[in-house]
Amino acid sequence: MPWRLLRFATTKKHPEPRMFTEHAELKPSYDVVIIGGGGHGLAAAYYLGRDHGITNVAVLEKGYIGGGNTGRNTTIIRSNYLTPEGVKFYDESVNLWQDLSQEFDLNLFYANRGHFTLAHTDSALRTMRWRAEVNKHYGVDSEVVGPDFVKRAAPMINLSCGHAPILGALYHAPGSIARHDAVAWGYGRGADMRGAEIHQQTEVLGIDVRGGKVCGVQTSRGYIATDKVLCAVAGFTPRILDMVDIKTPITIHPLQAMVSEPLKPWLDPILVSGSLHIYVSQSARGELVMGASLDPYELHSTRSTLDFVEGLSAHMLDMFPFLSHVKVMRQWAGMADMTPDFAPIMGKTPIEGFYLDAGWGTWGFKATPVCGKTMAHTIATDTPHPLINGFSLDRFRNYSLTGEKGAASVGH
Amino acid sequence: MKIMTCPFNGPRPVSEFFYWGEIRPMPDPATCSDESWADYIFNRNGAPGVKQEWWCHIASNTWFIAERNTEKDLVLRTYLFEEEL
Repeated sequence: MPWRLLRFATTKKHPEPRMFTEHAELKPSYDVVIIGGGGHGLAAAYYLGRDHGITNVAVLEKGYIGGGNTGRNTTIIRSNYLTPEGVKFYDESVNLWQDLSQEFDLNLFYANRGHFTLAHTDSALRTMRWRAEVNKHYGVDSEVVGPDFVKRAAPMINLSCGHAPILGALYHAPGSIARHDAVAWGYGRGADMRGAEIHQQTEVLGIDVRGGKVCGVQTSRGYIATDKVLCAVAGFTPRILDMVDIKTPITIHPLQAMVSEPLKPWLDPILVSGSLHIYVSQSARGELVMGASLDPYELHSTRSTLDFVEGLSAHMLDMFPFLSHVKVMRQWAGMADMTPDFAPIMGKTPIEGFYLDAGWGTWGFKATPVCGKTMAHTIATDTPHPLINGFSLDRFRNYSLTGEKGAASVGH
Repeated sequence: MKIMTCPFNGPRPVSEFFYWGEIRPMPDPATCSDESWADYIFNRNGAPGVKQEWWCHIASNTWFIAERNTEKDLVLRTYLFEEEL
Protein backbone atom coordinates (compact mmCIF):
# COMPACT_ATOMS: atom_id res chain seq x y z
CA MET A 1 0.00 0.00 0.00
CA PRO A 2 2.70 2.60 0.88
CA TRP A 3 4.45 1.74 -2.40
CA ARG A 4 1.25 2.48 -4.34
CA LEU A 5 0.84 5.72 -2.50
CA LEU A 6 4.40 6.72 -3.29
CA ARG A 7 3.93 5.89 -6.95
CA PHE A 8 0.71 7.89 -6.96
CA ALA A 9 2.47 10.87 -5.42
CA THR A 10 5.30 10.92 -7.96
CA THR A 11 3.23 10.27 -11.09
CA LYS A 12 2.14 13.22 -13.18
CA LYS A 13 -1.15 11.51 -14.09
CA HIS A 14 -3.38 12.35 -11.18
CA PRO A 15 -6.87 10.90 -11.57
CA GLU A 16 -8.29 14.05 -9.98
CA PRO A 17 -7.45 17.06 -12.16
CA ARG A 18 -5.76 20.02 -10.51
CA MET A 19 -7.99 23.00 -9.74
CA PHE A 20 -6.11 25.33 -12.08
CA THR A 21 -3.81 25.13 -15.06
CA GLU A 22 -0.34 26.43 -14.29
CA HIS A 23 1.06 28.83 -16.86
CA ALA A 24 4.83 29.06 -17.00
CA GLU A 25 4.91 32.47 -18.65
CA LEU A 26 2.77 35.54 -19.10
CA LYS A 27 1.56 36.26 -22.61
CA PRO A 28 2.74 39.57 -24.13
CA SER A 29 -0.82 40.90 -24.19
CA TYR A 30 -4.31 40.24 -22.86
CA ASP A 31 -7.75 41.73 -23.56
CA VAL A 32 -8.32 42.27 -19.85
CA VAL A 33 -5.91 42.20 -16.91
CA ILE A 34 -7.42 41.75 -13.46
CA ILE A 35 -5.26 42.78 -10.53
CA GLY A 36 -6.10 40.71 -7.48
CA GLY A 37 -6.86 36.98 -7.35
CA GLY A 38 -9.44 37.13 -4.60
CA GLY A 39 -13.11 36.28 -4.88
CA HIS A 40 -13.99 39.54 -6.65
CA GLY A 41 -11.25 39.38 -9.26
CA LEU A 42 -11.79 35.70 -10.03
CA ALA A 43 -15.56 36.17 -10.20
CA ALA A 44 -15.06 39.01 -12.70
CA ALA A 45 -12.84 36.72 -14.82
CA TYR A 46 -15.48 33.99 -14.57
CA TYR A 47 -18.40 36.18 -15.70
CA LEU A 48 -16.30 37.82 -18.43
CA GLY A 49 -15.85 34.34 -19.92
CA ARG A 50 -19.33 32.99 -19.19
CA ASP A 51 -21.53 35.98 -20.04
CA HIS A 52 -19.44 38.05 -22.43
CA GLY A 53 -17.20 35.58 -24.24
CA ILE A 54 -14.03 37.44 -23.20
CA THR A 55 -11.52 34.73 -22.32
CA ASN A 56 -8.14 36.29 -23.10
CA VAL A 57 -7.91 37.40 -19.48
CA ALA A 58 -5.08 37.33 -16.94
CA VAL A 59 -5.69 37.41 -13.21
CA LEU A 60 -2.55 38.64 -11.43
CA GLU A 61 -2.14 37.79 -7.77
CA LYS A 62 0.75 38.94 -5.61
CA GLY A 63 0.41 36.07 -3.13
CA TYR A 64 -1.89 33.07 -3.53
CA ILE A 65 -5.52 33.08 -4.60
CA GLY A 66 -8.07 33.80 -1.92
CA GLY A 67 -5.29 34.69 0.54
CA GLY A 68 -6.46 38.24 1.16
CA ASN A 69 -9.80 39.31 2.54
CA THR A 70 -11.60 36.47 0.72
CA GLY A 71 -10.02 34.09 3.22
CA ARG A 72 -10.12 36.46 6.20
CA ASN A 73 -13.80 37.37 6.57
CA THR A 74 -16.45 35.77 8.78
CA THR A 75 -18.36 34.39 5.72
CA ILE A 76 -21.73 36.03 6.41
CA ILE A 77 -24.09 36.49 3.44
CA ARG A 78 -27.15 38.74 3.72
CA SER A 79 -29.00 41.52 1.94
CA ASN A 80 -30.83 43.46 4.68
CA TYR A 81 -29.09 46.77 4.02
CA LEU A 82 -30.45 50.26 4.52
CA THR A 83 -30.25 52.17 1.25
CA PRO A 84 -32.28 51.16 -1.84
CA GLU A 85 -29.02 50.89 -3.84
CA GLY A 86 -27.52 48.57 -1.25
CA VAL A 87 -30.62 46.39 -0.82
CA LYS A 88 -31.09 45.81 -4.58
CA PHE A 89 -27.39 45.10 -5.08
CA TYR A 90 -26.92 42.65 -2.21
CA ASP A 91 -30.24 40.94 -2.93
CA GLU A 92 -29.02 40.09 -6.42
CA SER A 93 -25.88 38.74 -4.78
CA VAL A 94 -27.86 36.46 -2.44
CA ASN A 95 -29.80 35.14 -5.45
CA LEU A 96 -26.54 34.31 -7.22
CA TRP A 97 -25.07 32.69 -4.09
CA GLN A 98 -27.93 30.21 -3.84
CA ASP A 99 -27.02 28.56 -7.17
CA LEU A 100 -23.24 28.71 -6.96
CA SER A 101 -22.49 25.22 -5.58
CA GLN A 102 -24.54 23.72 -8.39
CA GLU A 103 -22.95 25.94 -11.00
CA PHE A 104 -19.38 25.20 -9.89
CA ASP A 105 -20.03 21.53 -9.13
CA LEU A 106 -18.17 22.27 -5.91
CA ASN A 107 -19.64 22.17 -2.41
CA LEU A 108 -19.43 25.67 -0.95
CA PHE A 109 -21.12 24.51 2.29
CA TYR A 110 -23.66 27.25 1.68
CA ALA A 111 -25.84 27.05 4.77
CA ASN A 112 -29.00 29.10 5.17
CA ARG A 113 -29.11 29.88 8.89
CA GLY A 114 -31.15 33.05 9.38
CA HIS A 115 -29.54 36.28 10.52
CA PHE A 116 -30.35 38.37 13.59
CA THR A 117 -29.12 41.91 14.12
CA LEU A 118 -29.75 42.50 17.80
CA ALA A 119 -30.99 45.84 19.12
CA HIS A 120 -29.97 46.82 22.66
CA THR A 121 -31.19 50.41 22.54
CA ASP A 122 -34.28 52.28 21.34
CA SER A 123 -32.31 54.03 18.64
CA ALA A 124 -30.95 50.73 17.31
CA LEU A 125 -34.50 49.34 17.26
CA ARG A 126 -35.61 52.38 15.29
CA THR A 127 -32.90 51.76 12.67
CA MET A 128 -34.00 48.09 12.51
CA ARG A 129 -37.60 49.15 11.73
CA TRP A 130 -36.31 51.50 9.05
CA ARG A 131 -34.17 48.76 7.53
CA ALA A 132 -37.04 46.23 7.68
CA GLU A 133 -39.38 48.61 5.84
CA VAL A 134 -36.82 49.41 3.12
CA ASN A 135 -36.08 45.69 2.77
CA LYS A 136 -39.75 44.70 2.49
CA HIS A 137 -40.34 47.40 -0.09
CA TYR A 138 -37.73 45.75 -2.30
CA GLY A 139 -39.04 42.25 -1.63
CA VAL A 140 -36.31 41.17 0.78
CA ASP A 141 -37.43 38.88 3.61
CA SER A 142 -36.76 40.99 6.69
CA GLU A 143 -38.73 41.81 9.83
CA VAL A 144 -38.39 43.19 13.35
CA VAL A 145 -38.90 40.52 16.02
CA GLY A 146 -39.07 40.56 19.82
CA PRO A 147 -36.69 39.05 22.38
CA ASP A 148 -38.84 35.87 22.71
CA PHE A 149 -38.31 35.11 19.04
CA VAL A 150 -34.54 35.52 19.48
CA LYS A 151 -34.57 33.24 22.51
CA ARG A 152 -36.43 30.52 20.58
CA ALA A 153 -33.91 30.67 17.73
CA ALA A 154 -30.87 30.74 20.04
CA PRO A 155 -31.92 29.18 23.37
CA MET A 156 -28.46 29.56 24.95
CA ILE A 157 -28.53 33.35 24.70
CA ASN A 158 -28.56 35.52 27.82
CA LEU A 159 -31.18 38.13 26.90
CA SER A 160 -29.97 40.60 29.52
CA CYS A 161 -26.47 40.65 27.92
CA GLY A 162 -24.70 42.09 30.93
CA HIS A 163 -25.87 45.70 31.04
CA ALA A 164 -27.38 45.88 27.58
CA PRO A 165 -30.63 43.86 27.46
CA ILE A 166 -31.87 42.78 24.03
CA LEU A 167 -35.00 44.77 23.11
CA GLY A 168 -35.58 43.15 19.74
CA ALA A 169 -33.86 42.22 16.53
CA LEU A 170 -33.96 42.55 12.79
CA TYR A 171 -34.53 39.02 11.52
CA HIS A 172 -33.41 38.19 8.00
CA ALA A 173 -34.33 34.61 7.08
CA PRO A 174 -32.10 34.33 3.95
CA GLY A 175 -28.94 35.10 5.99
CA SER A 176 -26.36 32.41 5.26
CA ILE A 177 -22.74 31.37 5.63
CA ALA A 178 -20.43 29.66 3.12
CA ARG A 179 -16.92 28.26 2.99
CA HIS A 180 -15.01 31.29 1.81
CA ASP A 181 -11.87 29.82 0.22
CA ALA A 182 -14.02 27.42 -1.82
CA VAL A 183 -15.70 30.44 -3.37
CA ALA A 184 -12.37 31.69 -4.71
CA TRP A 185 -11.47 28.19 -5.95
CA GLY A 186 -14.86 27.71 -7.59
CA TYR A 187 -14.67 30.99 -9.48
CA GLY A 188 -11.01 30.37 -10.26
CA ARG A 189 -11.64 26.92 -11.69
CA GLY A 190 -14.63 28.18 -13.70
CA ALA A 191 -12.58 31.05 -15.13
CA ASP A 192 -9.65 28.71 -15.83
CA MET A 193 -11.89 26.24 -17.67
CA ARG A 194 -13.14 29.08 -19.88
CA GLY A 195 -9.61 30.12 -20.82
CA ALA A 196 -8.64 32.83 -18.32
CA GLU A 197 -5.11 32.55 -16.92
CA ILE A 198 -4.44 32.79 -13.20
CA HIS A 199 -0.91 33.93 -12.34
CA GLN A 200 -0.02 33.69 -8.69
CA GLN A 201 3.15 35.18 -7.21
CA THR A 202 2.90 37.97 -9.77
CA GLU A 203 3.03 41.46 -8.36
CA VAL A 204 1.96 44.57 -10.25
CA LEU A 205 4.73 47.18 -10.09
CA GLY A 206 3.27 49.86 -12.33
CA ILE A 207 0.45 50.70 -14.70
CA ASP A 208 1.28 52.18 -18.07
CA VAL A 209 -1.09 55.08 -18.80
CA ARG A 210 -0.61 57.17 -21.93
CA GLY A 211 -2.87 60.06 -22.93
CA GLY A 212 -5.39 59.15 -20.25
CA LYS A 213 -5.67 55.57 -21.49
CA VAL A 214 -4.40 52.29 -20.07
CA CYS A 215 -1.78 50.66 -22.33
CA GLY A 216 -0.22 47.99 -20.17
CA VAL A 217 0.84 46.67 -16.81
CA GLN A 218 4.38 46.25 -15.48
CA THR A 219 4.63 43.14 -13.31
CA SER A 220 7.37 41.39 -11.37
CA ARG A 221 7.46 38.86 -14.24
CA GLY A 222 7.54 41.29 -17.15
CA TYR A 223 5.43 43.74 -19.10
CA ILE A 224 1.92 42.97 -20.40
CA ALA A 225 0.11 45.07 -23.00
CA THR A 226 -3.61 45.54 -22.37
CA ASP A 227 -6.41 48.12 -22.88
CA LYS A 228 -8.43 47.18 -19.83
CA VAL A 229 -7.39 46.76 -16.22
CA LEU A 230 -9.62 45.90 -13.30
CA CYS A 231 -8.29 46.74 -9.85
CA ALA A 232 -9.86 44.42 -7.24
CA VAL A 233 -7.27 44.41 -4.47
CA ALA A 234 -9.20 45.43 -1.31
CA GLY A 235 -6.64 46.60 1.27
CA PHE A 236 -4.01 47.32 -1.37
CA THR A 237 -6.24 49.69 -3.36
CA PRO A 238 -4.52 52.97 -2.35
CA ARG A 239 -1.12 51.58 -3.42
CA ILE A 240 -2.43 50.63 -6.87
CA LEU A 241 -4.31 53.93 -7.25
CA ASP A 242 -1.13 55.85 -6.43
CA MET A 243 0.37 54.29 -9.58
CA VAL A 244 -2.33 55.91 -11.74
CA ASP A 245 -2.72 59.07 -9.63
CA ILE A 246 -6.39 58.63 -8.74
CA LYS A 247 -7.50 60.08 -5.41
CA THR A 248 -10.14 58.36 -3.29
CA PRO A 249 -11.41 58.61 0.29
CA ILE A 250 -10.28 55.04 1.01
CA THR A 251 -8.35 54.46 4.23
CA ILE A 252 -7.12 51.10 5.47
CA HIS A 253 -8.06 49.78 8.90
CA PRO A 254 -7.44 46.25 10.19
CA LEU A 255 -10.52 44.13 10.84
CA GLN A 256 -9.88 41.23 13.15
CA ALA A 257 -11.63 37.90 13.68
CA MET A 258 -11.14 34.69 15.62
CA VAL A 259 -12.49 31.15 15.97
CA SER A 260 -13.09 28.98 19.01
CA GLU A 261 -12.32 25.30 19.40
CA PRO A 262 -14.93 23.04 17.70
CA LEU A 263 -18.11 22.46 19.71
CA LYS A 264 -21.19 20.31 19.18
CA PRO A 265 -23.76 22.19 17.10
CA TRP A 266 -25.68 24.52 19.40
CA LEU A 267 -25.97 27.81 17.50
CA ASP A 268 -28.04 27.71 14.35
CA PRO A 269 -28.57 31.37 13.40
CA ILE A 270 -26.01 34.08 12.75
CA LEU A 271 -26.06 36.71 15.49
CA VAL A 272 -24.85 40.27 15.19
CA SER A 273 -24.81 42.94 17.85
CA GLY A 274 -23.71 46.44 16.96
CA SER A 275 -23.73 47.58 20.60
CA LEU A 276 -21.63 44.69 21.87
CA HIS A 277 -19.49 44.66 18.71
CA ILE A 278 -20.08 40.97 18.01
CA TYR A 279 -20.90 38.88 15.04
CA VAL A 280 -20.91 35.15 15.53
CA SER A 281 -21.97 31.98 13.75
CA GLN A 282 -21.10 28.33 14.16
CA SER A 283 -19.33 26.79 11.18
CA ALA A 284 -19.95 23.33 9.73
CA ARG A 285 -16.86 22.21 11.69
CA GLY A 286 -18.42 23.40 14.94
CA GLU A 287 -16.07 26.32 15.48
CA LEU A 288 -17.56 29.62 16.54
CA VAL A 289 -16.51 32.21 13.96
CA MET A 290 -16.42 35.60 15.66
CA GLY A 291 -15.71 39.15 14.63
CA ALA A 292 -15.90 42.53 16.29
CA SER A 293 -15.37 46.04 14.97
CA LEU A 294 -12.65 47.79 13.03
CA ASP A 295 -9.42 48.73 14.72
CA PRO A 296 -9.72 52.45 15.42
CA TYR A 297 -6.74 53.76 13.48
CA GLU A 298 -5.20 53.39 10.05
CA LEU A 299 -2.78 50.48 9.71
CA HIS A 300 -1.54 48.41 6.77
CA SER A 301 -0.87 45.25 8.71
CA THR A 302 -2.52 41.87 9.20
CA ARG A 303 -1.10 41.23 12.65
CA SER A 304 -3.82 40.73 15.26
CA THR A 305 -3.80 41.84 18.90
CA LEU A 306 -4.49 40.43 22.35
CA ASP A 307 -6.69 43.45 23.14
CA PHE A 308 -9.05 42.28 20.43
CA VAL A 309 -9.38 38.75 21.80
CA GLU A 310 -9.90 40.02 25.34
CA GLY A 311 -12.52 42.56 24.32
CA LEU A 312 -14.47 40.26 22.03
CA SER A 313 -14.34 37.37 24.51
CA ALA A 314 -15.72 39.60 27.27
CA HIS A 315 -18.64 40.62 25.06
CA MET A 316 -19.22 37.04 23.96
CA LEU A 317 -19.52 36.06 27.64
CA ASP A 318 -22.12 38.79 28.17
CA MET A 319 -24.21 37.13 25.48
CA PHE A 320 -23.34 33.47 26.14
CA PRO A 321 -22.04 33.06 29.72
CA PHE A 322 -21.78 29.26 29.33
CA LEU A 323 -18.82 29.67 26.96
CA SER A 324 -16.46 30.68 29.77
CA HIS A 325 -14.34 27.53 29.42
CA VAL A 326 -14.20 27.46 25.64
CA LYS A 327 -10.79 28.11 24.12
CA VAL A 328 -9.93 30.46 21.30
CA MET A 329 -8.06 28.57 18.60
CA ARG A 330 -6.98 31.12 16.02
CA GLN A 331 -7.12 34.83 15.39
CA TRP A 332 -6.20 36.91 12.36
CA ALA A 333 -6.74 40.26 10.68
CA GLY A 334 -7.49 41.59 7.24
CA MET A 335 -6.97 45.05 5.78
CA ALA A 336 -10.36 46.66 5.19
CA ASP A 337 -10.56 49.47 2.63
CA MET A 338 -13.05 51.80 4.29
CA THR A 339 -15.09 54.54 2.62
CA PRO A 340 -16.77 57.40 4.50
CA ASP A 341 -20.30 56.32 3.50
CA PHE A 342 -19.79 52.56 4.00
CA ALA A 343 -20.64 51.85 0.37
CA PRO A 344 -18.18 50.48 -2.20
CA ILE A 345 -16.53 52.36 -5.06
CA MET A 346 -17.21 50.55 -8.31
CA GLY A 347 -17.13 51.19 -12.01
CA LYS A 348 -15.26 53.47 -14.36
CA THR A 349 -12.56 55.96 -13.41
CA PRO A 350 -11.18 59.14 -15.04
CA ILE A 351 -8.63 56.89 -16.80
CA GLU A 352 -10.01 55.14 -19.85
CA GLY A 353 -9.81 51.37 -19.50
CA PHE A 354 -9.08 51.45 -15.76
CA TYR A 355 -11.93 49.97 -13.74
CA LEU A 356 -12.23 49.97 -10.00
CA ASP A 357 -13.84 47.48 -7.63
CA ALA A 358 -12.85 48.80 -4.23
CA GLY A 359 -14.01 50.27 -0.95
CA TRP A 360 -15.18 46.85 0.19
CA GLY A 361 -14.27 47.49 3.81
CA THR A 362 -16.18 45.06 5.97
CA TRP A 363 -18.89 44.04 3.49
CA GLY A 364 -17.10 42.53 0.51
CA PHE A 365 -17.48 38.76 0.86
CA LYS A 366 -21.26 38.68 0.55
CA ALA A 367 -21.02 40.77 -2.60
CA THR A 368 -18.53 38.50 -4.39
CA PRO A 369 -20.89 37.08 -7.06
CA VAL A 370 -22.69 40.30 -7.87
CA CYS A 371 -19.42 42.25 -7.99
CA GLY A 372 -17.99 39.78 -10.47
CA LYS A 373 -21.12 39.95 -12.57
CA THR A 374 -21.55 43.73 -12.59
CA MET A 375 -17.85 44.45 -13.09
CA ALA A 376 -17.68 41.95 -15.96
CA HIS A 377 -20.61 43.81 -17.57
CA THR A 378 -18.95 47.17 -16.94
CA ILE A 379 -15.65 46.03 -18.48
CA ALA A 380 -17.21 44.25 -21.47
CA THR A 381 -19.56 47.08 -22.46
CA ASP A 382 -17.58 50.02 -21.01
CA THR A 383 -20.80 51.24 -19.33
CA PRO A 384 -21.54 50.83 -15.62
CA HIS A 385 -24.05 48.10 -14.80
CA PRO A 386 -27.36 49.67 -13.58
CA LEU A 387 -26.96 48.02 -10.16
CA ILE A 388 -23.73 49.88 -9.41
CA ASN A 389 -24.80 53.39 -10.44
CA GLY A 390 -24.98 54.50 -6.82
CA PHE A 391 -21.39 53.40 -6.14
CA SER A 392 -19.37 55.44 -8.64
CA LEU A 393 -16.22 57.30 -7.69
CA ASP A 394 -17.84 60.56 -8.89
CA ARG A 395 -20.07 60.70 -5.84
CA PHE A 396 -17.20 62.11 -3.79
CA ARG A 397 -16.81 64.98 -6.24
CA ASN A 398 -20.54 65.71 -6.45
CA TYR A 399 -21.27 65.53 -2.71
CA SER A 400 -23.78 62.71 -3.33
CA LEU A 401 -22.80 60.02 -0.82
CA THR A 402 -24.75 56.79 -0.40
CA GLY A 403 -24.89 56.57 3.42
CA GLU A 404 -24.97 52.80 3.92
CA LYS A 405 -25.47 52.42 7.66
CA GLY A 406 -26.48 48.77 7.31
CA ALA A 407 -22.87 47.69 6.85
CA ALA A 408 -21.15 45.32 9.22
CA SER A 409 -19.33 46.64 12.29
CA VAL A 410 -20.94 50.05 11.97
CA GLY A 411 -22.54 51.47 15.09
CA HIS A 412 -26.07 52.85 14.72
CA MET B 1 -0.65 45.76 24.44
CA LYS B 2 0.37 48.58 22.15
CA ILE B 3 1.88 51.66 23.73
CA MET B 4 1.58 55.30 22.66
CA THR B 5 3.67 58.00 24.30
CA CYS B 6 1.69 61.05 25.35
CA PRO B 7 3.89 64.19 25.44
CA PHE B 8 2.48 65.03 28.91
CA ASN B 9 1.75 61.67 30.51
CA GLY B 10 4.41 59.43 29.04
CA PRO B 11 3.86 55.90 27.69
CA ARG B 12 0.23 54.75 28.01
CA PRO B 13 -1.85 51.89 26.49
CA VAL B 14 -3.07 52.85 23.02
CA SER B 15 -6.68 52.18 24.10
CA GLU B 16 -6.49 55.43 26.12
CA PHE B 17 -6.03 57.39 22.91
CA PHE B 18 -8.23 58.68 20.16
CA TYR B 19 -7.12 58.88 16.54
CA TRP B 20 -8.14 61.85 14.42
CA GLY B 21 -6.41 61.17 11.12
CA GLU B 22 -3.60 62.69 9.13
CA ILE B 23 -2.78 66.41 9.40
CA ARG B 24 -3.99 68.09 6.23
CA PRO B 25 -3.93 71.76 5.29
CA MET B 26 -7.46 73.16 4.93
CA PRO B 27 -8.14 75.32 1.89
CA ASP B 28 -9.93 78.61 2.54
CA PRO B 29 -13.65 77.67 2.23
CA ALA B 30 -14.52 81.22 1.18
CA THR B 31 -12.31 81.21 -1.88
CA CYS B 32 -11.69 77.61 -2.94
CA SER B 33 -13.70 75.87 -5.67
CA ASP B 34 -16.33 73.21 -4.93
CA GLU B 35 -14.02 70.63 -6.42
CA SER B 36 -11.04 71.38 -4.22
CA TRP B 37 -13.32 71.57 -1.17
CA ALA B 38 -14.71 68.10 -2.02
CA ASP B 39 -11.13 66.90 -2.43
CA TYR B 40 -10.31 68.24 1.03
CA ILE B 41 -13.31 66.80 2.88
CA PHE B 42 -13.45 63.38 1.20
CA ASN B 43 -10.14 62.30 -0.27
CA ARG B 44 -7.37 60.84 1.85
CA ASN B 45 -3.82 59.71 1.36
CA GLY B 46 -4.59 56.02 1.87
CA ALA B 47 -1.21 54.55 0.91
CA PRO B 48 1.07 53.38 3.71
CA GLY B 49 4.03 55.44 4.86
CA VAL B 50 5.25 57.74 7.61
CA LYS B 51 2.41 60.12 8.44
CA GLN B 52 1.87 63.02 10.82
CA GLU B 53 -1.42 62.48 12.60
CA TRP B 54 -3.60 64.07 15.25
CA TRP B 55 -4.01 61.94 18.36
CA CYS B 56 -5.66 62.71 21.69
CA HIS B 57 -4.99 61.24 25.11
CA ILE B 58 -8.63 60.93 26.22
CA ALA B 59 -8.12 60.90 30.00
CA SER B 60 -6.20 64.19 30.03
CA ASN B 61 -7.66 65.62 26.80
CA THR B 62 -4.18 66.21 25.43
CA TRP B 63 -4.15 66.75 21.69
CA PHE B 64 -0.80 66.10 20.09
CA ILE B 65 0.91 65.00 16.90
CA ALA B 66 2.29 61.52 16.30
CA GLU B 67 4.62 60.59 13.49
CA ARG B 68 3.71 57.04 12.71
CA ASN B 69 4.76 54.45 10.15
CA THR B 70 1.38 53.05 9.08
CA GLU B 71 2.89 50.00 7.40
CA LYS B 72 5.23 48.85 10.17
CA ASP B 73 2.94 50.00 13.01
CA LEU B 74 5.71 52.06 14.64
CA VAL B 75 5.31 55.39 16.42
CA LEU B 76 8.44 57.36 15.58
CA ARG B 77 7.83 60.55 17.56
CA THR B 78 5.07 62.33 19.48
CA TYR B 79 4.99 66.03 20.28
CA LEU B 80 2.67 68.92 21.03
CA PHE B 81 1.58 71.18 18.21
CA GLU B 82 3.47 74.16 19.75
CA GLU B 83 6.72 72.19 19.80
CA GLU B 84 6.67 71.89 16.07
CA LEU B 85 6.85 75.65 15.61
